[in-house]
Amino acid sequence: MGEKLLEGLIYLCGISAIIFVLGIFFFVFKEAFPVLAKPNFSLGQFLFSPEWYPTSETNVRYGVFAMIVGTFSVTVLAMLIAVPFGLGAAVFVSEFCGPKLKETLKIIIELLAAIPSVVWGFIGLTVMSKLIVQFTGAPVGVNILNGGVILALMSVPIIVSIGEDALKAVPDSYREAGLALGATQWQLVYRVLLPAAKTGLLAAVLLGVGRAVGETMAVLMATGHAVHIPHSILDSVRTLTANIAAELGEAPEHSDHYRVLFLTGVLLFTITFAVNLAADLVIRGIRKK
Amino acid sequence: MIKDSMLQRPLLLAGALAVTVALLHTGCGKSERGAAGRAAKTAIQIKGSDTMVNLAQAWAEEYKKVAPDVDVEVSGGGSGQGIAALLKGTIDIATCSRNMKPQEIEQAKKNTGKEPKEIIVGYDALAIYVHKDNPLNEIAFEQLADIYAEGGKITQWSELGVKLPAGGDEIVRVSRQSSSGTYEFFREHVLNKKDFKLGSRDMNGSKEVVELIAATPTAIGYSGMGYATGHVKMLKVSAKAGQPAVAPTVEATLNHTYPIARSLLVYTLGQPEGVVKSFEDWILSDAGQKGVEASGYVPVPQAARKQ
Repeated sequence: MGEKLLEGLIYLCGISAIIFVLGIFFFVFKEAFPVLAKPNFSLGQFLFSPEWYPTSETNVRYGVFAMIVGTFSVTVLAMLIAVPFGLGAAVFVSEFCGPKLKETLKIIIELLAAIPSVVWGFIGLTVMSKLIVQFTGAPVGVNILNGGVILALMSVPIIVSIGEDALKAVPDSYREAGLALGATQWQLVYRVLLPAAKTGLLAAVLLGVGRAVGETMAVLMATGHAVHIPHSILDSVRTLTANIAAELGEAPEHSDHYRVLFLTGVLLFTITFAVNLAADLVIRGIRKK
Repeated sequence: MIKDSMLQRPLLLAGALAVTVALLHTGCGKSERGAAGRAAKTAIQIKGSDTMVNLAQAWAEEYKKVAPDVDVEVSGGGSGQGIAALLKGTIDIATCSRNMKPQEIEQAKKNTGKEPKEIIVGYDALAIYVHKDNPLNEIAFEQLADIYAEGGKITQWSELGVKLPAGGDEIVRVSRQSSSGTYEFFREHVLNKKDFKLGSRDMNGSKEVVELIAATPTAIGYSGMGYATGHVKMLKVSAKAGQPAVAPTVEATLNHTYPIARSLLVYTLGQPEGVVKSFEDWILSDAGQKGVEASGYVPVPQAARKQ
């Protein structure tokens, strides 16, 4: 009797994830949907116009293209920095360093992951921005470079800890076989471990991407919050997430502005969904081989 | 052995669940107690203008000495956010650096059946700030509109005849997020309701605007006069090129010669009552008005103080 009850409870816990995801998607979409039917709203303008004037008195325009570009530019830069560093660190921690150093490194990396995003944003706004102005001569220090570096620092710990787990999951017999065949440590990593742990490493990278796309507070503070299609990495941008955070509180409930912000949420949802789906397909493809 | 471990697991889980349930329960208990506590010690919730957030904070601290059993809780976010919260009924007083719009008043009546009540608690000169090393001393509305408004042509300092000592020519426009009353006031009075040019750095607070300008020799921005520091310079402003430009001083604000002076307002829903009423009375007293002065704004003259 008790067994059955617990089983039922655990089953509920298991499927609750599905319920939550569907529930959130339903709610966000429900709030956004009515604006799609408005005659003065066009989805094409929403996606491809860089003009964002939600509170204009003369000509209201809702275009988030500049923010899509902003989100992508910051994320891509962050990944360019974080992926090599994160995977390199994972390989080092898992394969090359001694047990004592390994423990210390793991603790410190976990500590890095525990820093709240608003603190990262603060570092970007004060420390990083001054350094950027000093070394690049950019007029303003809050820009793509700043946001990218901050986001990279935030996603590295995730990539390292998940990547390290993936490498640890490769059976030791692979290592022993490789070494017995006379491979050097580097050949072992490059030829045996990386291919064997491919799926896990990809998952690590994608979780890092997810963190970067979804991060709000740090990029709100570090990127300069300017609606503008960037021409160089020293330009300020605004990201989709930062825009929602900055404007949702003020938008009157159920106004067009409010609904368009929810539509931006749907867009973010779609982007992360696409990233995850792509990852899943890639992983499946690898498994089949 | 196997049987044993299988039995233990459900037990562990049951334990964990019990703990979770217990935690949830205490969580609920706390919030109930919090609500009960509020009845004993009255709280006034203030939210709104970032221009006025320091001022409201100063009031809150001073008022604690006058009425120790009243807690004044202050948060910013922008005038728009304050009004939105007032309409939802989550706060008692909204601070505002612009007048309430007709449609907002309409909505207040529709949502709550009460008309918002406005009082003027001080005046502010909306100052135009540049970096302290910028040789520019005065600016006209047309030039500001050319810099800030959509379609405006000025993007370089040289077009204003300014050569910056630190080098760099491109004007870095510092602006505010769209929930800001300062943003709307600037758009209405300086840009003549035209939209802002895209690509300005939209800061989330009055203080951030001044800080960014202090750190950026090529920047220009607008913010309340209360936020002036030694690292920035306030420009003299004229409404029309050729007219004499006026510095944002107390006298110029009061006699309206400074062209972008504005009232600092607080709103309540309906006639204020009880503690909120006594708090508003106190704001307009000499003690409250001293706070306005200390925050860098202009107090309301004795004769004009009314509710």
